[in-house]
Amino acid sequence: MSEPAAVRALVAGHGEFAAGLISAVEAVTGRGAMLEPVRVQGLGGEDIEQHLRERIAATGVTVVFTDLQAGSCTMAARRLLRDVAGVLLVSGTNLPMLLDFVMSSAREPHDSARAAVERARSAITVHGGPA
Amino acid sequence: MTLVLNRIDDRLIHGQVVVGWGQPLDVRFIVLVDDGVASSDWERELYRMGVPPEMELRFHSAAEAAPLLDSYRTEPEPGILLTGDIATMRELVRHGGVREVNIGGIHHRAGRRQYLRYVFLTAEEQSALREVAALGALVTAQDVPAARAVSLEEMLAHPEDG
Repeated sequence: MSEPAAVRALVAGHGEFAAGLISAVEAVTGRGAMLEPVRVQGLGGEDIEQHLRERIAATGVTVVFTDLQAGSCTMAARRLLRDVAGVLLVSGTNLPMLLDFVMSSAREPHDSARAAVERARSAITVHGGPA
Repeated sequence: MTLVLNRIDDRLIHGQVVVGWGQPLDVRFIVLVDDGVASSDWERELYRMGVPPEMELRFHSAAEAAPLLDSYRTEPEPGILLTGDIATMRELVRHGGVREVNIGGIHHRAGRRQYLRYVFLTAEEQSALREVAALGALVTAQDVPAARAVSLEEMLAHPEDG
């Protein structure tokens, strides 16, 4: 069986969010190469948007995962959605979401991403606490 | 309470503002002053979706905002005054009442020189900041509350070359 290796999505966020999550995806599944980290530390909003545009064009991905709804990566991605058709933006990204995404057998990345979002919502659990 | 932070940040609404400062300061409203954003429905909607529901977001042009600042200072709950550039903040400081200015992020662009990890300035922007200080505002750079506030003089004295 051949492993899908082409980049299927960008991951962008604060600090080392993207590289950190992707290293975890790699550790769990060996499919970290399906995600490309975008690092934006030190960049202004316009530069982030430009960088995301370049990476979307270069990789041909149609899915972008970001960390915070109000984060500058999310804002920049929302700006580019105005004129870049066919890109799906998901904010609030977590590890269960990315794991589900890279393991998805769906052929269409948007379908994989939407399913991964639902999976990620239900992957948040709380245990223990005061008696 | 009042306007607890007067911040210049070219990213305007983003994580550092909403979470980094917003949560510890218990911020309930943000006054976003930017001529471009104030005049665009799309831009206003973009930023509105970036703040949590318990935080109110108000938009003004610089000219509109200046005379409203006094009333914002009498609000019962804490708020942040936010501009995307130095010139807009200078206009508000000129109008009076802004005693402290926080430089939160002015990022790399052609023609700017680096002073801090998150502060890059042209010569004109440098003079504009000195002018803000000369008008009586205490100007410091500090991206997040846990970071050290760097005074304007200290920052300008140590450009990071290369």
